[in-house]
Amino acid sequence: MSVEAREKRQPWILLSPALTAITLLLFIPLLFILVYSFWLRTATGADEVGFYLDNWREALTDAFYRDILLHTLKVAAITTVVCAVLGYPAAYFIARSKGNKPVLLLLLMLPFWISYIIRTMSWINILGVSGALNTFLLWIGIINEPMQMLYNEATVILGLVHFLLPFMVLNVFVSLDGIDETLEDAANSLGATRWQSFLQVTLPLSLPGLAAGGLLCFVLGAGTYITPLVLGGTSDAMFANLVFEAIITQLNWPLGSALSLMLLAVLGALVMIYNRYLGMAQLMKGLG
Amino acid sequence: MAERATSLGWQVIRGYAVLVYIFMFLPVMVVVLLSFNASQFGSFPMTGFSFRWFIELWENEAILRAFRTSVILGLLTAAISTTLGVLASLALVRYRVPGANMISTILIAPILVPEVVLAVALLLFLNFLGVNKSFTLLLFGHVIFTLPFVILVVQARLISIRRDVEEAAMSLGASPVQTFFQITLPLMLPAVLAGALFAFTISFDDITGTLFWKPGGVETVPTQIFAMLRNSISPEINALGTVMIVMTVGLPLLGAAIARQISKKSGL
Repeated sequence: MSVEAREKRQPWILLSPALTAITLLLFIPLLFILVYSFWLRTATGADEVGFYLDNWREALTDAFYRDILLHTLKVAAITTVVCAVLGYPAAYFIARSKGNKPVLLLLLMLPFWISYIIRTMSWINILGVSGALNTFLLWIGIINEPMQMLYNEATVILGLVHFLLPFMVLNVFVSLDGIDETLEDAANSLGATRWQSFLQVTLPLSLPGLAAGGLLCFVLGAGTYITPLVLGGTSDAMFANLVFEAIITQLNWPLGSALSLMLLAVLGALVMIYNRYLGMAQLMKGLG
Repeated sequence: MAERATSLGWQVIRGYAVLVYIFMFLPVMVVVLLSFNASQFGSFPMTGFSFRWFIELWENEAILRAFRTSVILGLLTAAISTTLGVLASLALVRYRVPGANMISTILIAPILVPEVVLAVALLLFLNFLGVNKSFTLLLFGHVIFTLPFVILVVQARLISIRRDVEEAAMSLGASPVQTFFQITLPLMLPAVLAGALFAFTISFDDITGTLFWKPGGVETVPTQIFAMLRNSISPEINALGTVMIVMTVGLPLLGAAIARQISKKSGL
């Protein structure tokens, strides 16, 4: 074999294990559940192979599923906005700080490494009936009885924000850090106030990072089912909880397939729109 | 620049950032604090300092079993995922591959698909092929969703390795295989370790997919904590949380330190 031919073949040999794994363990399974979603679960518990539209009809027309989908999108949207409001100034502080930037960034990234389930349940220690906040408020005498602060929509959002904030900060930081600071100085020297130069120069240049962080927060937030189980009440189920219920509890795998694909379609559409306008490169910058 | 340090706006931003840091760290610190609480309830008030919950943890057979499962699963995941990821990263960084952008997108696809959906698809497909909920299914699942992270991390580090060192070795008569093992691999070691560590940590921490894939009776540390939460927060959970925090924060820091040492020694 000629040298060039070997040069050409080598990368494919190196890529083939990873590509094979992803094809076999992700793409084919996704196609498989598409087929599965048209099967039917019979009363006996067996799945009937065929082409039935029942699961899709149920998933798409039942108000119960629609309401929970809308609720999920609402929770994810609020989470994303809160992450942006908390994360942007923090990322700006790190990027423009004269102190040790890598350490400041690492410090804010540390919770990212701490177990998700531990971080989620840690809020019970803070907000629970005998948690830190109630104990403190009782002690200083503002309240006479512990308040029930947990297990509602607000605590679900709180848990999600705590989980997802590092993604936002990292993405915004990456894009702020890449902005030439002399641009702001130039704007200032041309008579812009600091606030004006921020609004008209820095903020627009950092929007790609904000969008990347926002996309991650939204998609990861909308796909969660653990946070509502730990910090939510009975009416705070999100769409992924429905999927879990259908697959694990009811063992209705055809319906579970349809629900999974619905979630994938909604969130996938967002990723596509993002990719269309901003491209994947920004997202990878923040992830790497 | 001097005026910025004193300007009111900057002071406000700094104060705000400090609050964000407190928000991120407070709950975690409370977990650590409560794990040393002598009280038999996993809550305030603190009644004294004690190691008893760590001792009980050590004597809790279910938790130890979960811990073993998590470690074995994490190590195997890291080994497989890193091998696949390093090979793929080499191809993308070292060769001009037609359609490289498309391939990159395919390789990070497991991050773009919500984990619940990935979990359902894998469970149902492998079940169809006759693989039931099992350790094997868990391992496949963990490999597939850690792989993109490994590729992103390894790729970022590989770019900084200069190619001419390898070319020098080859021109001095080393075979491609010799060059790989004696030059490329040692240079790549920090990247490989970083990838493996990342994969281990993500696998060790996963709960979303794991709850779908694990067979009945088998628990990993996160699913064990989740099951314990069903009752109420016990001090044991806080102690276990403290151990996890030390592990998941300590390990990457240790890894980063080792990587720095290695790269210092190799002089590059």
